Amino acid sequence: MSTAPYAGARWGSIWLWLAFAIAMLAMPRIFDSGLSITMLSQMGIAIIACLSYNMLLGQGGMLSFGHAVYTGLGAFVAIHALNAWCAGSPALPVSLVPLIGGLAGMGFAMLFGYVTTRKSGTTFAMITLGLAELVFAMSLMVPEFFGGEGGVSGNRVVGAPVLGISYGPAVQVYYLIALYTLVCVVLMYAFTQTPLGRLLNAVRDNPERVEFIGYNPQRIRYTAFIIAGFFAGISGGLGALNFEIVNAEVVGAARSGAYLLFTFLGGATFFFGPIIGAVLMVLAFVMLSELTKAWLLYLGAVFMLMVMYAPGGLASLIMLNVRLARHGKMRALLPAYGLLALSVSGCALGFSALVEMVYHRQLDAAMGPVLRFLGLALDTSSVLHWSGLLVYLGVAIRSFAWTRRRFALQWNVQHQIMEDERLRAATAP
Amino acid sequence: MTDPMRVPALQLRDVRKSFGKTEIIRGTDLVVQSGERVAIIGPNGAGKSTLLNLISGRSPLSGGDILLHGQSIQGKKPFEINRLGLSRSFQITNIFPKLSVFENLRCSVLWSMGYGYSFWRFLADLHDANAAALALMARIGLARKRDVLAMDLTYAEQRALEVGITMGGGANVILLDEPTAGMSASETSHFVALIREAAQGKTLLTVEHDMGVVFGLADKIAVLVYGEVIAFDSPEAVRADPRVQEAYLGSAVADAQADAAKRRA
Repeated sequence: MSTAPYAGARWGSIWLWLAFAIAMLAMPRIFDSGLSITMLSQMGIAIIACLSYNMLLGQGGMLSFGHAVYTGLGAFVAIHALNAWCAGSPALPVSLVPLIGGLAGMGFAMLFGYVTTRKSGTTFAMITLGLAELVFAMSLMVPEFFGGEGGVSGNRVVGAPVLGISYGPAVQVYYLIALYTLVCVVLMYAFTQTPLGRLLNAVRDNPERVEFIGYNPQRIRYTAFIIAGFFAGISGGLGALNFEIVNAEVVGAARSGAYLLFTFLGGATFFFGPIIGAVLMVLAFVMLSELTKAWLLYLGAVFMLMVMYAPGGLASLIMLNVRLARHGKMRALLPAYGLLALSVSGCALGFSALVEMVYHRQLDAAMGPVLRFLGLALDTSSVLHWSGLLVYLGVAIRSFAWTRRRFALQWNVQHQIMEDERLRAATAP
Repeated sequence: MTDPMRVPALQLRDVRKSFGKTEIIRGTDLVVQSGERVAIIGPNGAGKSTLLNLISGRSPLSGGDILLHGQSIQGKKPFEINRLGLSRSFQITNIFPKLSVFENLRCSVLWSMGYGYSFWRFLADLHDANAAALALMARIGLARKRDVLAMDLTYAEQRALEVGITMGGGANVILLDEPTAGMSASETSHFVALIREAAQGKTLLTVEHDMGVVFGLADKIAVLVYGEVIAFDSPEAVRADPRVQEAYLGSAVADAQADAAKRRA
C-alpha cells in the first residue's frame, strides 16, 4: 500500500513540534562555538526558505528558478527598514524586521506571481528564470536600493534593549531565528492541511481536471505563490538581521539554484524533506567548501545520482526504510546494505581521489606534485599513480554495479513479501 | 415534458465548431429537458467528444450559443460553467494520480460546499465535506481503497473514481464521455448500474459506443453524423428512423435491443 504524502490532520503532532523546539533550544548549548552558532542561525533561515520553496515545487508542481528573488528582495527591504525605522521614534522593534521582509516578499510575489503563475510547467519555469535574471540585472542598475557592489549594511543593535535583549551577541539572534523558524514551520505544515493546500496538490497532479471541479487553477497557484513569497521574505529578513549586510548575491541565480538543489536533495514529496535539505545546504556551504576546493563538483555529482536513483530525495529514502523496518524486513536486507555501503564508499573514495588529483595538478602545482589524500601520498606526476587509480576506480564501479543489482533484487523480494502479507491480511476473514 | 414554462436544462442553438477550415460541428440544435437522460451516438469522427468539450467549456464555440438552465455559457471558463451546475467526465481517465481516493473525492466536493480557496481552516474540520466524500466513495464502491493513491488503482477503479469526481460537486447536469470505454462486459454492466443510481433525478448526457450501455442509460437518443444531429427521439423511434438506418446504425441498434431483451427474459 502506498503511503499518502501530507497525510495528517491539523497542526501535526504536538510532541514532534516540542522535540523540534527543544532541539533548537538545546543546539547552541551543545555546539557553542561562534562558528556553530552562525551555522545554526543559517540553518534556521535556510529551513524557512526551502520549505517555502517546496510549497511551489513539491506541493504545487511549480519548478521555480527564481525563488531567491523573494528571499533576496525581502532581505533588502528588511535591511532598509532596519536602517530607516529602528533607530527612529516611534521605533520599530528589531524583532519585527523579519516580518517586514515577509510583507515585502509577499508584495513582490503578488506583483511578479501575477505574471508567472498564469502558466504552469515549462513555461512557468522559463518565466521565473527570466524574471530572476531581470531582478539581478536591476540590482546592478539601481544602486540606491541594492547598494551596488558593496551591498547595504545595517546595524541590528539599535534602539533600547527589550527585556535585556540587544541582539548584540550572535546567540540572541539565533534564538530569534529559532522562534521564527518554529512558528513558520508549524504554519507551513498547517497550510498543507487546509482546502487550499490540498487543491494545490490537485493542481500539481492535474490542473485541467481542477477546472472541471469548480476551481480556477491559476488562482490556486497565484495564492500559494503569494503565501510562499511571504515565508521566503521572512527568511530573507532573518538573513539581513543575521549578517547585517545584504548584497546583490542574495537575489542571484546561484542562490535560487541552491534552494532548488537542496530542496530536491532533501525530498520534495514529504513535508519534512526540505528541512533535511536546508541543514545539508548550510553544512555543504560552510564545511564542505572548507574541506575541498572541488565541493561544487561533488555537490553536482550527488545531485545527479539522486535524480537518477532516488528522485524522492533523502526523505523518501528514509520513509521507505522506516516502512521496511516497521514490517520487520530490515534484518534480511542488512548484509546487502553492508555490501552496498562498502562499494559506494569504495567508489566515492576513488572518485574523490581522482578529482582531488586533477584539482591539485591544475591549481596547486606550485606546492609540488605530491598530494596528501586521507593519509595517502598521491603523486600527480606519476603515471603509475594515475593508472593505478583508474584501474581501482574501474574495479570499484564494477563492484558497485554488481552489489547494486544484488541489493535491488533483495529489496524487491522483501517488498513483494510485504505486499503479499498485506494482501493476505486484507482478504483474511 | 413539453411544458413551455419550464426552462430546459440544456439548449444548443445552431452550435458550430471549426478547427482551421474544417467544420466539425455544423449547426447543431438540441434541447434537453431537466431530468432527461440522453445518449449521443454516431460514427467515429462525428464530433461527439467535440460537442461535450463545447458544452463543458473545454474548447470555445465558433458559432451559435449554448444555454445552461437558460443562461448562455458563451465565453465562460470551465470552472465557471461547473459552478452553474454542470459537471463532466473524460474519455481518457482524468484524475489526481498522487492523491488518495479519499482526497480525490474530497477535492471534488469542496467548491459546492462553499469552502472556496480557504487556507484558514483545516480539512479535518470540514465535517460535511468529509462525510460527502466518504458517502461518494461508498457509492462508487471504493470504500476499501480510501487511502490508496489514485495511480495505484486498477483501470476499472480509476473509471469509477473518474465518475465519482464528476458527481462530487452535486451538479444537476452531468456529461459522461464514454464512461465504460475499455471495460470488460461484466465491469460494464456493474458500472452502468452505478451510473444509473448516481444520476437519479439529474440530467444526463452520455457519449457512448456500446449500444448495451446506451439502452441501459438513456431514455432519448441523439444521433450525430458529421456534425449534425439527424435524429433526436426515443430509442424505438430512432431505430425506426430511415435516415438513421441509412446513415449509420440500424443493425447495431437491433442487435443490442435483442440482446437487452434476452437479458431481461
